[in-house]
Amino acid sequence: MLEQFTFVGLLFLVAALLGTLPPALAWLLRPKKPHPRKSEPYECGIYPHGEAWVQYKAQYYIFALAFMVFDVEAVFLFPWALIYNWLPLYAVIEGVLFLLLLLGALLYAWKKGALEWV
Amino acid sequence: MDWLTRLLAFLSNAIVNIGAWLQGVLTGWGLPEPTAHLIVRAVGALAVGFFPLVVVIFLIWAYRKIAARIQGRLGPNSSGTWAGPWGILQTFADAIKMIVKEDIRPQGIDPVPYNLAPVLVVFASVMLWAVIPFGPGGSLIGTDLSIGIFYIMAFASAALFVFLMAGWSSNNKYATVGAFRAVAQLVGYEIPQLLAVLTVVAVAGTMKMQGIVGAQNVIFLVAMPLTAFIFYMASLAEINARPFELLEAESELVCGYFIEYSGMKFGMFYLAEFMNSVAVAAIFTTLFLGGWRGPWVDQAPILGTIWFFIKMGLVILAWMFIQITLPRLRIDQMLNFNWKFLTPLAIVNLCVTVLVNKGITEAFPGGAPVWTRAGILLFSNVLTVLVVWGISALGRRREERRAWRVAQATELEVTA
Amino acid sequence: MTITLSHVLFVLFGLMVLGGAIAVVTVRNLFHAALWLMLVFFGMAGLYVLLEAPFFAAAQLFIYMGAIGILIIFAIMLTRAFMRQPMPRANEQWWLAALLTAVLLGVLVFLILQNIRPNIMAEAVPESTIHILGVTLVDPTGYALPFEVASVLLVMALIGAVTIVRER
Repeated sequence: MLEQFTFVGLLFLVAALLGTLPPALAWLLRPKKPHPRKSEPYECGIYPHGEAWVQYKAQYYIFALAFMVFDVEAVFLFPWALIYNWLPLYAVIEGVLFLLLLLGALLYAWKKGALEWV
Repeated sequence: MDWLTRLLAFLSNAIVNIGAWLQGVLTGWGLPEPTAHLIVRAVGALAVGFFPLVVVIFLIWAYRKIAARIQGRLGPNSSGTWAGPWGILQTFADAIKMIVKEDIRPQGIDPVPYNLAPVLVVFASVMLWAVIPFGPGGSLIGTDLSIGIFYIMAFASAALFVFLMAGWSSNNKYATVGAFRAVAQLVGYEIPQLLAVLTVVAVAGTMKMQGIVGAQNVIFLVAMPLTAFIFYMASLAEINARPFELLEAESELVCGYFIEYSGMKFGMFYLAEFMNSVAVAAIFTTLFLGGWRGPWVDQAPILGTIWFFIKMGLVILAWMFIQITLPRLRIDQMLNFNWKFLTPLAIVNLCVTVLVNKGITEAFPGGAPVWTRAGILLFSNVLTVLVVWGISALGRRREERRAWRVAQATELEVTA
Repeated sequence: MTITLSHVLFVLFGLMVLGGAIAVVTVRNLFHAALWLMLVFFGMAGLYVLLEAPFFAAAQLFIYMGAIGILIIFAIMLTRAFMRQPMPRANEQWWLAALLTAVLLGVLVFLILQNIRPNIMAEAVPESTIHILGVTLVDPTGYALPFEVASVLLVMALIGAVTIVRER
């Protein structure tokens, strides 16, 4: 089994090389002439007002939470999807029930207006 | 004629034969068998890793050329400085320019995450290629992991935080807004993509990439067009293509999360974006177009690789046409399309497909003929689309009637 | 005992997890702490691979780095006040946390010492662990009920999120 992951390990090294090589090359070759004017943050030509780390809407958090719910659900369903065709019918129904419960939750969230962009 | 037959035999399975030849040479030098094998695998890993890079170099050129032609421009060409015939070397010139550009770091950045993000974004998109099958057998795929497609989904999902890293460390409001939007979009569209992948896994009965290719006696695009549609739309959003190009939104966010990057670091994000497009095309080919399968693959395995590239090229071309033609959605439209259309549709599609597939297995104890299974699945897909369309039409009519009633009521009030 | 590559990798991933974990609790900047946590998650995935549990390795990347990591970073970004002023590292309940952690450590060490087996890695892991997992998940004598309860739990999480939005 670990034999199979040898290639993943090798590709890991290649990917690390591909990720670091171009910036390293650029670091060697590029000119370095810093000037305070150059390093101002870009904000349509005017000097930035306030700090960039402003507070964001809780809405984003809800979408991330919904995503996590579906992610966990997928991890449960992958083994089931792999095997259900060789199992009795109730096993299929169990998985479908699992999904329908989630669909119900999604419809509930929709009905309550949590999916609206405000 | 002996050499010709030998040459043809070599060419018919060229990649595997080159690997075997290399292994032979290495053992001939007196290296032990496992070491030689490891070196051959390492060369394979280098090839797999550099493959998307090479494709992307020409893809960027092709993209610019096609976009220009569609919009009635010339695109990169040879006038001015010489960039090869039809400007084919333009991307190399761009790459060299990016490498020798001065790197401008805005004040107040968070240096370590800021510099790490472009590295990680390319790293993650190279890692996806480990399980893509380029041809039949065990040698033309990096490694045929038992978790196959789940490995890809895991790496794609794990790389999401890099966008937040880039946006947050840039000390720029545009970048932070872009990062937030990026994650809201990518996170959302991963759900229908996952559910579509689950549908494929359920019908194929395996997560191994070669197993999924092997299960497609009838390609899944024909058997399950709805699943393919869901996957394709979600993938378009995942690779940040128009109409889902909100995270970049050049006209509002001036590049989104990587606005403050310059030189090669900017180039890394650009590169990763194109690499992901190629990866998604390869995944779509494997999941829905039968991967390397095609005529005469049994006789000459190299043909499988060629079929794979042709199919992948067609998927990329479809992506380009959509990307070049369509305008961008608003963020609320984008979120609505995902949460109120694609995700419920994907759940219903998964339930229906699983039940129908199980029904077919039960109805044909000796194993269903492939075309019967595909036909019934296709029919169930069409039925699902019709029912969903009917429900949404009903919902729309109710909405309209409510709006009309509200209008009537206000009119009465005004007249009273 | 000869040192093989998997021993070296085990030490590397172990260092990644432990070093990352120490960094998470000592780093002043909350955003950096979240990034260190990502390293911990990645190291955990590597350990799962060494344990020949690829499904769990991928699930680790998928859920922890993909979903929970994003959730944590979002939570940090929504509480802007943390970003500028470095907070004191410990609050007034540190003694309770220390006590609970010590108890947990004791229980874990006890359990590990109880169940230690010299040749645990020598037992072959079957190739089709995911199939076995799939069968036991839906088997009524196995984990069918927890499987469905997990779904209900997820539904409750989603409804809870909706309630939070509605309060605003």
